[in-house]
Parts: sequence; structure tokens; C-alpha cells
Amino acid sequence: MSTMAVPDVAVAPVDEGFWTRGRKVGLTLLALGLLAAVLFGALATDQQARFTLSDDAAGAALEINGTIGAILFGIITIAAGAALLAGVPKRWFLPVLGVGLVGFVLSFLCWQVSAAPTGQNFMPLVNIIRGTFILALPLIFGALAGVLCERSGVVNVAIEGQLLMGAFSGALFGSISGSVWVGLVAAAIGGAFISLLLAIFAIRYLVDQVVIGIVLNLLAVGVTGFLYERLMQTNIERYNSAPRFGNWNIPLLEDIPVLGPALFRGNIFLYLGLLLVLVIHIALFRTRWGLRTRSVGEHPTAADTLGVKVLRVRYRNVLLAGVVAGIGGASYTLALYSFTKNMIGGKGFIALAALIFGRWNPTGALLAALFFGFADQLATYLGAINSVIPSQFLAMLPYLATILAVAGLVGRVRAPAADGKPYIKG
Amino acid sequence: MSDPNQSGSPDKEPASEAQAAQTALGNTEKAEPTTGPGRSAPESKPTLGRLFLDNLWAANTFTVTLLSLVLAIVVGAILMIISDPEVLSTYSYITSRPSDALNSSWTLVSEAYANLFKGSIFDPEAFSGWLNGDNGWQAVLAPISETLTYTAPLVFTGLSVALAFRGGLFNIGAQGQATIGVIFAALAGFLLPLPPGLHLLVAVLAGALGGAVWGFIPGILKARTGAHEVINTIMLNYIATYFLTWLIVQNGVQDPTRTDAISRAVDNSAQLPRLLGDNLRVHAGILLAVLATWAVAWLLNRSTLGFELRAVGANPDAARTAGISVTRTYVLIMVFAGVLAGLGGSNMVLGSTASALTPLVVAQIGFDGILVALLGRVKPWGVLLAALLFGALQAGGNRMQSYSGISLELVTVLQALIVIFIAAPALVKAIFQLRAARAARLQTSLAKGW
Repeated sequence: MSTMAVPDVAVAPVDEGFWTRGRKVGLTLLALGLLAAVLFGALATDQQARFTLSDDAAGAALEINGTIGAILFGIITIAAGAALLAGVPKRWFLPVLGVGLVGFVLSFLCWQVSAAPTGQNFMPLVNIIRGTFILALPLIFGALAGVLCERSGVVNVAIEGQLLMGAFSGALFGSISGSVWVGLVAAAIGGAFISLLLAIFAIRYLVDQVVIGIVLNLLAVGVTGFLYERLMQTNIERYNSAPRFGNWNIPLLEDIPVLGPALFRGNIFLYLGLLLVLVIHIALFRTRWGLRTRSVGEHPTAADTLGVKVLRVRYRNVLLAGVVAGIGGASYTLALYSFTKNMIGGKGFIALAALIFGRWNPTGALLAALFFGFADQLATYLGAINSVIPSQFLAMLPYLATILAVAGLVGRVRAPAADGKPYIKG
Repeated sequence: MSDPNQSGSPDKEPASEAQAAQTALGNTEKAEPTTGPGRSAPESKPTLGRLFLDNLWAANTFTVTLLSLVLAIVVGAILMIISDPEVLSTYSYITSRPSDALNSSWTLVSEAYANLFKGSIFDPEAFSGWLNGDNGWQAVLAPISETLTYTAPLVFTGLSVALAFRGGLFNIGAQGQATIGVIFAALAGFLLPLPPGLHLLVAVLAGALGGAVWGFIPGILKARTGAHEVINTIMLNYIATYFLTWLIVQNGVQDPTRTDAISRAVDNSAQLPRLLGDNLRVHAGILLAVLATWAVAWLLNRSTLGFELRAVGANPDAARTAGISVTRTYVLIMVFAGVLAGLGGSNMVLGSTASALTPLVVAQIGFDGILVALLGRVKPWGVLLAALLFGALQAGGNRMQSYSGISLELVTVLQALIVIFIAAPALVKAIFQLRAARAARLQTSLAKGW
């Protein structure tokens, strides 16, 4: 990120007397905690806030009095902020920050749930967790596509286009063949097609990678929209009624309370997404392929000197990214909805945000995607209980969080050093 | 760390090249796609003619632009054919009766592109109708009026992106800046009770102010923390869109007689006057657009700020060594880019396109602006011509949709393809086997990374 930093205004030095980054974050957390304890506490009602361990109001639940809960969790946040302000060892920074943020969210939820209309003072946790993962799924695939691409030094702004093309070709060929598997393969190829264009123009023709990414997104929107109108709209039966993957229950695991019904009764894409995070994480940091990818992304000249075929690695990674994103697109059309024009609707850009927020790391990207998915799901939930918080502001949250992350307020993020720079051998 | 921009500025061509780019674009406006360049070159003086042909076939800006257009049109035609089941079925027996396939394809494609032309530039039927007294002169000018209506906002957003490009920044946020601009302009348009004239001025400037605010944020973040403007502007685009959808349904903003998401209408006193009577949509926005183009050209080429801006764009380190404040320049660039995009937003709600806020009121002008800027080779007058081409494609696309049943998305495809080919002159060169003359100058921007 800081490749473009402007050196003549010092980026807040890491250790600048008393006000280290930890202390600043601590102060912010302290303020948030105060806000939670006082404001949320005052607005919360005496109703019990119930967090049920099921799909609906029934069954076991974690209960707490709304006002008490809001204040209590606010105080936890204050405590975490105070701890950071007092100064904690570096390795405690993230856990303490995490506790503080979770406290803030819980305080907020206590207020919201207790203030909901009578009879709706409950939050079905299974529902929320499942929704979070479903909404995060395209982000996970998209962000992984970004990781694969950018770790090898090619900026991938075309995630949106890759997802869209995947969704489209999955729906089209799934419908024509009547087979989900053909659809899945077609989706992967569709995503790879946009990737191929990205690779050729970025690597072979040295076009600015951000520019070509943006243009490819528009191209994907145009081509899929055009063919949707011409083919799918005129003959929905034939071209836009793809079969769908059903849910697969995983024995034993599905019996775990809360997590079981939420996560282990999902469709293939959920399992595939989580598996891919694991595989790519291990591959990136533990295998020869990963080392080469990272070296090409950080210092292609050095990698070249050691005999790594820089351009070949980049082509391969960009194409792989397209395959992953294409499958992510299919998680819409081969599991949830039939294809509609521009159905990805900006998820590709949130995936990009998740990639950056997750610091170009597969696991980080997963966590970021889940956080964004949770914000999304929370917006739906709050809409259902007639919350005073407009859903649009919650929808802004991922974008705001990314800006804060990039601006270095939540810790510096750094892109692979050669990200976006074409490699010219010579 | 040090290298972002030496090769990053998309524009390092000598000033004379600006002229070439303009002529190029100017001609493509009129040129019929089917006539290849150079076919009509004079042959009377073989040596001179030879020279002329050679130069024409060399990979200069003009040729590449024209050929990009041709390529895009060809790909568009292929898309039309493969998406038409009837025409496609004639290809199943192409070996026995090739004429069927060729004729039906030709009819389909030529009708579609003829409608594109009639909808954007000139409709012969309307002209003969006017001569015979069947319709008024308005019908003759209607295509041009439509084209200019679509052109005006694109000029502003194109200039916004181009200006930032020249300063070494990639403003993907024109969409968001236009969105905030549209909000400010509309609010000023229906909340402030002002006399005519003044009201319009205030509303237009309010749009500019809105854009400036939204441009200032990534500018100051870039200058203070080094946060990359590409990421921040993308994020701000979405924040602006959500803000708009939230705002529309608030009390005092939403149209009290409606339940759907639409705001009150802008007062008449705040609307840009129409230029050719009430039947034609073209409004004063296009005049403002020309004025803005001139202003940006002056700013870039004649003012101190413009010099600093270009210096920073070419090489920030060198600029800093020369005593230019890079941070201040970055902030100013983004504010100016925001002002321009915001003006584009004002155009969308104060002109004839819409008179009230809806979630889609800004359309795609910000993203199209990126394409326009690239097509115009980030030069102000080039941007104006590129916007004209895009406006014509939009206007013609509407007619193509209603007359030929070719959906408007084809226009998006054409626009994206044109820019892809423009951005990769080496590809165009390879396809048409152009000579490599002066190709180095055509090298598009090398990427600059996050």
C-alpha cells in the first residue's frame, strides 16, 4: 500500500513518544466503550435480550437483561481500551483489541435486541451464522482469487467481472446440459476467460493493470447483460434454469449445537470455499509453488535470476484466480438464484476490500469476508426488527473499515512489493 | 517505493501529439466504419502517395484509434450473430447455401448499426420528411440533440479522471464524486427558495462542492498516510451510493406523493435551460462542458498549478526536489477532479436527463468517464471528442434497442472493447500488421501498482 506513500509527510512513525499506535487505538476503544455503556445502555430497554441457539425463538437461549447487557459489554470494551492505553505487550495487542470490539458489538446487539418490538426480542444465532457465511461466500472466493493474483504481482480489480462471468456461464451451460457439474466446470472456465484477458493485457501487453481490470469489469457486465437479454430472456427454460446443488449434511459434525446446523448442512460451495482457504494458505506458505509465487510478487528480478519463470508463474496464477472466482460466481447461479443482469452487484469490489483488509493473506481474507458478511447479515436482521439504524449505514461498514485499514488507522497494510508492476525481462 | 510513476503517467507524448489525437478522434466521429483507412489515398503522385499510405498504415494514434473502433464493431457484430438463434440456424447449412447465412447476418448487423447511426447523428428519413413537410426541423436535429445530452456529463467525468491521471493519480471515484454532486445539486435545487438564475448558479456550484468534498477525502488520505487512492475511491463510490439510497427516502427529501424511492423534483428555476426548444432535450450543460474543457486545458497547459501537477505526475521525486509540494498537489488534484465529477453529477439532475433523485440517477457516468479519459488520451480536448463518441453510442444505442431489439448492453461492450484495444496498441498493431513507426510513443501507461 505504501508503495505510493509520499515521503515528505512522515507516515506516523511507529514509536513516537507516548502516543504509540497501541495507545491511540486504546483511546479510540475507550471512547467507543463509553459510547456503548452510556448511549446503548440508556437506549436499551429492560426486556430480556435473548440469543437463541436455533433458527427461531424456540429452544435454549443465552439471555441477559438489555440494559445490564449493554452496560456490561460496554464496560468490557472500556476495560480493553484502558488496557491498551496503559500499554500491553505487543503480542497481546490483537487479542485485547478483539475483545474490545466484540464487547462493543455485543453491547450494540443487547440494545437492539431488547429495543425490538415486543415478541421479537430474540436473535436466532443459527440463522445469523448461516447467513453470514452465505453472504460471505462470494467474498471468500473473490478474495482468494485476489490473493492468487496479487501475490504473484498482478493487481486484480477484475474480480467483479470474473465472478459475474462465472455466474453467467455456470447458469448458461448448466441449463443447456442439465448438469450441475457441467455448469460448475463452465463457471470455472468463464472466470478463467476474464482472467486470461487480464493476463494477456497485463503481462503481455503491459497495460496498466488497474485500468484493464476496470475495463474488463465493464466488458463482463456488457457481454453477460447482452447475452442475458438476447438468449436467457427469450428462452428462460432452455438457457436460464440451471439445476442447483442441494445441501449436503455432514454426519456427526452436523450435530454440533449451533455450528452444526449453521455450517455443516450447507452446499458444496460452502465446503469448497472453506477448503480452498485452507489449501491456498498452506500452499502459499508451505510449498515450493507458494514460495515461487511470493518471490515473483515481491521481487521478480531476483526470482528470475534464480531460474523461476516469472511470466509463466504469473500467467498460471492469474488463470487459477479466474477459476476460483468463476466457481465463486457459480455459488450464486448453481445454488441460490437464476442469473440476472449484473447480479454480482459490487460484491467483487467488497471482495477486493476483504483482500486488502485481510492483508493479502488467505486466512485474513476469510476473516475479513466473514466480518463483511456479518455486517451484511446484521443489516438484514436489523431491518426485520425495525431498528432505528438505517440498513444503508451498516452496508457502508465494510467500505469504511477498508478505508480506515488502508489509511493505517487499524495497522498498516502492505501489498506485495511488485504488485501491479509488469515484469520486463532484460 | 521510488518508482511509481516514471513510467506511470499515461501521457508522456509531446504536445504536438495532442493535435494528432484530436484529429484522430474527430475523424472517427464521421468516418464510416466499413471504409478502411487509406483506401482513398491519392495515387496521382506515386512517391508521395506511397509515403502517405505508409504513414497512415504506421501505428500512430490516429490509425490505432480508428482500427480499435473497427475491431470493436466487428466483435460487436459477431456477438449479435451468435446471440440470434434464427441467424445462427442458417450457419448449420452454411456449406450448402452460404448465401443464406451471409445475407441474414448482414441484414441483422447492418440494420443494427444503421440504427445506431440514425439514433446518434443523422436520420435520412427525418430529413426527407422535413423536406416534404411531414415533420418539423426538430426531428432532423433530434439525434444530435440526444447525443449532446448524453455527452455533457461524460465530458465532466472524463475530464475529472483525465486531470487526476495527469497528476499521476487514478481517480476511480468519479462515480462517487458525481453521486455526492448530484445529491448536493438536487438538494440545492429543491430546498433553497432562490430567484431564477441565481438558483441555477447555486445548484450547479453545490454539485461542484459536493464532488470537491468527496474528492478531498482520498486526496488528503493519500497525502497524509500514503493510502492508495484507487482503493479509497472505490470504497467511497459505494459509501456515496448507499448514502444516496438512504437520503432519498428521508422526510423532506422524498416526494411526499410517492411511496417508492424518488425525491422531490428540482425547481424549474434551478434547471439548465434547453437550447433548442422544449421538444429537444439538449440543454446548456453541453456549453458548460465545452467551457470546462477549455478551463482544464488552460489549467493544465498554461497555469503554474498545471505545471506542478504535470511535474508531480511525471515524477513525484523530481518534483519534490524541485520544491513542489507533492502533498498539496495531490490534495488539489483530487479536489479539482471532484469538482469536475460533481459538475457532471449536477448535469444529471439539473438537465433534462432527470429532475429528481433516484437510486440510479447518476447512471454510470463515473465509470464511463474512466473509459472516456483513456480514449481521449487524457487530454482535455481529446476527452471532449471521446465523450462525443460515447454520447453518440449511448444515444444510438437507445434507438438500436427499440428498433432492432439489440439490447443497450451492446453499447457497453463496444465502449469497453474500444478502450481495451486503445490501451493495447501493440495488439492492434499485431492484428493489422502495422509498421512499428513511432510505436514507442503509443506505449500506454505501465502499471503503477497499489
